[in-house]
Amino acid sequence: MMTGLYVVISTGNLVKKLVGIGLFQTSVFQLYISLSKVRGAQPPIIEKPAKYGDAVKSAGEKSAETVTDLLAKIPEVTALDPASVYDPLMGVAYSNPLPHVLILTAIVVGVATLAVGLALVVRIREAYGTIEEDAIDDAEYKAEVNAS
Amino acid sequence: MSFEILLSNAAALVVVVPLLGGAIAMLLGSSRLAWSWSLICALATFSLSLVLLSGVLSGENISYEMGAWVSPLGILFEIDALNVLLITLVSAMGLLALLYGLPTIDQEIDRHKHAMFFGTFLICVAGLIGVSITGDAFNVFVFLEVSSISTYVLVAMGSKQNRQALTASFNYLILGTIGATFFVIGVGLLYMATGTLNMVDISRVLAETGSDRVVRAAFAFIVIGLGLKIAMFPLHTWLPNAYSFSPSMIGVFLASTATKVALYMLIRFLYTVFSAGQSFETAMFDYVLAPMAVTAMIVCSVQASFQSDVRRLLAYSSVAQIGYMLLGLSMGTVAGLAAGLIHLFNHALMKGALFMAVGIAGLGLGVVRISEMRGLGKTMPLTAAGLTIAGLSLMGVPLTAGFISKYYLVIAALENGWWWAVVAIVVSSVLAIFYVGRMIEVMYLQEPPKTADDAVVTVRSPILPLVALYVLVIANVWFFFDPSLPMGLANTAANELIGGAGS
Repeated sequence: MMTGLYVVISTGNLVKKLVGIGLFQTSVFQLYISLSKVRGAQPPIIEKPAKYGDAVKSAGEKSAETVTDLLAKIPEVTALDPASVYDPLMGVAYSNPLPHVLILTAIVVGVATLAVGLALVVRIREAYGTIEEDAIDDAEYKAEVNAS
Repeated sequence: MSFEILLSNAAALVVVVPLLGGAIAMLLGSSRLAWSWSLICALATFSLSLVLLSGVLSGENISYEMGAWVSPLGILFEIDALNVLLITLVSAMGLLALLYGLPTIDQEIDRHKHAMFFGTFLICVAGLIGVSITGDAFNVFVFLEVSSISTYVLVAMGSKQNRQALTASFNYLILGTIGATFFVIGVGLLYMATGTLNMVDISRVLAETGSDRVVRAAFAFIVIGLGLKIAMFPLHTWLPNAYSFSPSMIGVFLASTATKVALYMLIRFLYTVFSAGQSFETAMFDYVLAPMAVTAMIVCSVQASFQSDVRRLLAYSSVAQIGYMLLGLSMGTVAGLAAGLIHLFNHALMKGALFMAVGIAGLGLGVVRISEMRGLGKTMPLTAAGLTIAGLSLMGVPLTAGFISKYYLVIAALENGWWWAVVAIVVSSVLAIFYVGRMIEVMYLQEPPKTADDAVVTVRSPILPLVALYVLVIANVWFFFDPSLPMGLANTAANELIGGAGS
């Protein structure tokens, strides 16, 4: 994580800065994924013939269920009906799937940021003829001096 | 679809309308068509926000369950006195900026990019409203990035005028992304500690379990991350360039909304999620936020006084004004928080008006530097008058809205026994007299540029920008005489936030 941040700060090359940002973000994604892992647990995939259970339906329904009602149903979703479980290991524990979903979103955001950043670098290269921060500063300074 | 369904879903529509509208605007291609479409979308968004406002004013907080998933599991949109103020502000400024924008955009951006530009603008509005409306910590990040990424694009659009817009936008992108990533780390740590992402739920769990090191680390990451977005004093370096090189319509919109929304998020996290009064939080108020706010108020006002570029001057003054708001919220009292919120609202009005006036002057006379504004009182009297009134409001002269917020801020600081804060407010206001006074002096006391036959050049300003400008200028004066709307909301919000945390 810190390596990425350091790269962003230390380098003057704009593309390398973006690489640093990418490194930084990816390591944050890994932080999220690592915290979703439950020791000795299954990946959060229900190995059961697709039969969309009652629990899913009732959660999707527009109902006046109280929060506690719904929370009470969650064990049913994860533990499943013991009789219908194929794998004997099933129903023990699952890793938490939520961080995976969050990070999927964050990856999309990261890709968009990177795309905009690279597009900007292209335009900067067209305008200044360089992608080194120092050279850009020099060019600006010269333009300022010439103008005044 | 009946009208009632529309109303009951206003909370969702207020985000969905500009988001989808933006996508459609991009497909329209023609500049005028895209502009009219965006205006319709902005108008619809504004009316929806008024629906929400009237709902909250009648005393009911609205919560809307996205996809009917029940509260701590699904994403909840929550609207109370605090964020309805922000939602109305953002949608109103979006509408005014669009009204204002047409002639300036014609000049500043190539025609074939207009549809894309207006589309991106609407998406930015949607992102900002989304940040204000949502009650889910991770959802905040998503909307924050929706608005930020579109902002990077919009700022870079200024590159036809000045190529420095590109580097300004790039710096903003780098710092903004670092800020957002810090925020995500903080939210991740909070999730680790509490197992939930709903803000109210997080605060409930935190109140039960108390704080440990993970929570404190999360707190630090979130404050720094949002601090970058707010342009909190030492983290403000991206702001002046981004504001001053962007197209003037975007300058207007960003200066009055973007940092405000991030500031709202900070208030949300400080007061709702981490309930106020925990020892590490009060320590941060006293030793980090308040000193930084005071430094910002003074240092950035001084920096503003030395700028020759008008919009850079206004941008530095923005950082100083953000200091006022941070000072208000760092007091941790109802009065202080309410004063900070009122200033947030009023500052949006005055800075919006100032950026508009400068933009109109730039449109007519190509004004960039203060020295080029000479004689503006004669060449563009209406614009100059608007700029003067908004400038007086920025100084905090009585009869303008700026006076109200500074007055309450001083009262709140005195109540708290923070005499040094009062001194800082006064010093910063005196500095504001210097930099605003410089503009006024150049506009009215210096002779306008003459043409060859010694006649004064008079420039007719286009009508739409002037209308938008005067809506804001009148609002600046109106909210001095009748500050009940922002004050009522700010007081209710402050009471809810602090009272709720204390009980």
